[in-house]
Amino acid sequence: MICFEHVSFSYTEGHPVLKDLNFAIRDGESVGLIGANGSGKSTLLRVLLGLLPHRGSVRVDELEVEKENLREVRRRLGLVLQNSDSQMFMPTVAEDMMFGLLNYGMSREEAEERTDEVLKKLGLTELKRRHNHRISGGEKRMAAIATILAMDPDTMLMDEPTSALDPYNRRVVINSIKSLSNTKLIASHDLDMILDTCSRVILLGGGRIAADGPASEILQNRTLLESNRLELPLRYQR
Amino acid sequence: MDKIDRAALELREMDELAAMKSPVHFMHPITKLIITISYILTVVSYGKYDLSGLLIMALYPLFLFSLSGISMGICFRKMRVVLPLVCAVGLFNPFFDRTPLFSFGGIVISGGVVSMITLMLKGVLCLQASFLLAATTSMDSLCAALRRLHVPMLMVTLLLLTYRYVSVMVQEVSIMTTAYKLRAPGQRGIHISAWGSFLGQLLLRSMDRAEELYASMQLRGFDGSFRYAEGKKAGFPDYLWAVLLPIVFLLLRKYNLAELTGRLLMSAGS
Repeated sequence: MICFEHVSFSYTEGHPVLKDLNFAIRDGESVGLIGANGSGKSTLLRVLLGLLPHRGSVRVDELEVEKENLREVRRRLGLVLQNSDSQMFMPTVAEDMMFGLLNYGMSREEAEERTDEVLKKLGLTELKRRHNHRISGGEKRMAAIATILAMDPDTMLMDEPTSALDPYNRRVVINSIKSLSNTKLIASHDLDMILDTCSRVILLGGGRIAADGPASEILQNRTLLESNRLELPLRYQR
Repeated sequence: MDKIDRAALELREMDELAAMKSPVHFMHPITKLIITISYILTVVSYGKYDLSGLLIMALYPLFLFSLSGISMGICFRKMRVVLPLVCAVGLFNPFFDRTPLFSFGGIVISGGVVSMITLMLKGVLCLQASFLLAATTSMDSLCAALRRLHVPMLMVTLLLLTYRYVSVMVQEVSIMTTAYKLRAPGQRGIHISAWGSFLGQLLLRSMDRAEELYASMQLRGFDGSFRYAEGKKAGFPDYLWAVLLPIVFLLLRKYNLAELTGRLLMSAGS
């Protein structure tokens, strides 16, 4: 369970990016976080992970997101970054996947086993020994998801998981996201993908929650979306 | 592929070399680190005229190149920028030190020439040993080894992040120069008037990227320790090599093997 209570954040004094946010995400929910550029989607994810300081209360399974709890909080949450190059910093895919597992005390054998298991689940077994700089953008995005999935987080946080992907790879990523049973919080502009993968949507506008409700309702509300500099998903535009 | 992309690729190739499989790669990182440090210290300690003694030390990198399966050509190719600098170190010695040392086929060789060659050789051997260490050990394993040797965490983390930061910076330089070139056709390099903003932007962009990368490490449990890089435990052969090779280097330093062999051959001949 993720809980935001009166959460605010500003990069510079007097210009809040997040203003008094209140919401909760229950275990197993798939939530899409949408909003125009600069609406605070990525910032919200960073606040949740304790990468940015905040005012108010952010809790993950009753653990307050604060310095003493960060290690445990981050073990429960896994963030797939928008830029896979920043996520994949080890030489090979397998080493990248094992990085987090070994840091959290898993033995090398167990980590290897877990890595194999996740790669097999995502159909990426052939990537295991490949060097990160030799794989394509789509493969890298899938590998980035695999590195987080390997850690078996309770909640997957994804920042623009389908950006800069061709239609085929986009579909592969969407199908993979759909197959995950974890709680999901996905920040994206790709509203069709959000519609495919999320049952609930939180719409951020001007640092506040402009709407929070079922994806099928919010994503069909042209007036609401357009007033927040968004458009209807393509499938509703016909 | 332009020069910057090639540089980035070469940097990553070191990771590929380190991922190869050979007896040298399988050796424990601490063992390799100890051997390399003792080798470099031994090489550096040779006197400026002790060329014959130093030549024997060239056997170590030769042996390691053949054992690791890494070609010496790769080493020279990757060090092509540094090598001329290393070689330039003793370039003026022949002008300052004209003391005749010996004659060879009627040509008098001065102390300056010998010391120049000795200095160059020392530089090349040290570079080769460092290259072999980096090419057979991943940076993370190397950092783990340094931590095991109680090198302060701050220094080791700094080393690791610098290594990661360099590749991030090279990527950013590549993106920015491409963007510049596309809007400045026919221009060679970056015009001096754009240097200030180019460097400023580069610093800001690469800092952002480096920060993101560090965040990604932190989010996966990195706290400055290198548990993830500690592979197999050091075994008896690792300890043996870590003790044996430095002793061999010391013996070679103390007793000039080339000279001894020469004397032996001379006395056998007479």
